[in-house]
Amino acid sequence: MGLKPPGAGITGEAKCKRKIGPGFFTLLRCELLLALRRQSELVNPLLFFVTVLALMPIGIGPEPELLTRLAPGLIWVMALLATLLSQEALFRGDYEDGSLEQLALLPQPLYFAVSAKILIHWLVTGLPLALLSPLLGLMFNLPIAGYLPLAFSLLLGTACLSLIGSIGAALTVALRRPGLLLALIIMPLYVPVLIFGSGAVQAALDGYGYSMELAVLAAILTAAGALAPLAAGAAIRISLDH
Amino acid sequence: MPSNTSSLLQVRGLSCERDGRALFTGVNFALKVGSALQLEGSNGVGKSTLIRTLIGNTKEYHGEVLWRGKSLPGALPQLRQSLLYIGHSAGIRRGLTVLENLLWYGAKPAEALEALARLKLCGFEYSLCGELSAGQLRRVALARLFLDEAPVLWMLDEPLMALDVHGVEVLEARMAQHLSSGGVILLTSHQPVALSPLERVDLTEHVGDQEVWHSEIAYGT
Repeated sequence: MGLKPPGAGITGEAKCKRKIGPGFFTLLRCELLLALRRQSELVNPLLFFVTVLALMPIGIGPEPELLTRLAPGLIWVMALLATLLSQEALFRGDYEDGSLEQLALLPQPLYFAVSAKILIHWLVTGLPLALLSPLLGLMFNLPIAGYLPLAFSLLLGTACLSLIGSIGAALTVALRRPGLLLALIIMPLYVPVLIFGSGAVQAALDGYGYSMELAVLAAILTAAGALAPLAAGAAIRISLDH
Repeated sequence: MPSNTSSLLQVRGLSCERDGRALFTGVNFALKVGSALQLEGSNGVGKSTLIRTLIGNTKEYHGEVLWRGKSLPGALPQLRQSLLYIGHSAGIRRGLTVLENLLWYGAKPAEALEALARLKLCGFEYSLCGELSAGQLRRVALARLFLDEAPVLWMLDEPLMALDVHGVEVLEARMAQHLSSGGVILLTSHQPVALSPLERVDLTEHVGDQEVWHSEIAYGT
């Protein structure tokens, strides 16, 4: 076939300088491809979010005032549960096919690989939730004043949820059925995000400014963005040592 | 202790346990430049665990592991720098195509295509790995060995599994070439591997004394 021999001359430290493993953008691209090809996992959380919220007015009665009163909390809790639902699969596939182990063996820290996975997770679950939320607001008779804070708080909040949830997903990746344990680990960490997220919408509905709540969410996001991949990376190493 | 510089990897008195059960004790071997070693032993004797210990994925062990004369876990980053490990789960993502999988491992497209050609995977470059057979998946994983500038140390857990006769031949030729250019191979296999020089270590002869582990269990260093 006229192919040149591979790996000609490999001894010596100099050859070890070769960049082994994927770069950050390769990781991002592959994660995005994987996410887009697993369409059921992509659509399930969204479908859950929309259907449960569509059932709510049927269940609790269609009084407009009641729905307005419940809207911020309900939409936020459902967004939280939808994220939690999708969180379990974050590292599972990679753990099962061995690519997580390969990532952990790279000389580069796991930080960037984990960050790439979380970023794509948010892009395919959190972002669509935030973009859909005004539509659901409409269903819940949410006043116009509530739309912008709802979308913005979900935009920031779901990113926080993806980041924080990654720690739980990494800790439970070696377990066969992590469902409830995962929820127990990360639910308490989700609570501040829920409080400030629904708080922002409520404040806007009550006629107050909501920039404080958004600022707190942004602060949580920056802290989680810096620290959660670190924790998740460490948790993955613990899960693999088994 | 003065170390033999020609030994890249040295293992002295290695003992491992898993879930509180002793697997093997007192395993010794050294891998010199251009040598290969086959780990043998019945199922469950700890072949994979031994490999996972050497690459630092299991921290519970007794004994000493030296990479280029420096002991683990201190030398782990250097060891991993020159390591190519293919485990039982081959690290091939079913949602990606064959080519994408190789690119994920840092290959350039041209060398990836060349490696696939060597393994008779022409025409499958753009197939999803989830649609391939077990043997083909194994070939995709092994294609990493055919990329340019392969790392020095190869650790292959059951590389021949699911391969056909042709695949075994191609792989053995590549391994021989790797050895002749100064590489080092540690592999596990139940089948005979035609490779020389090839040392063999039978882990069944080192099956551990259960009592030892109840009195003292080491948690790394």
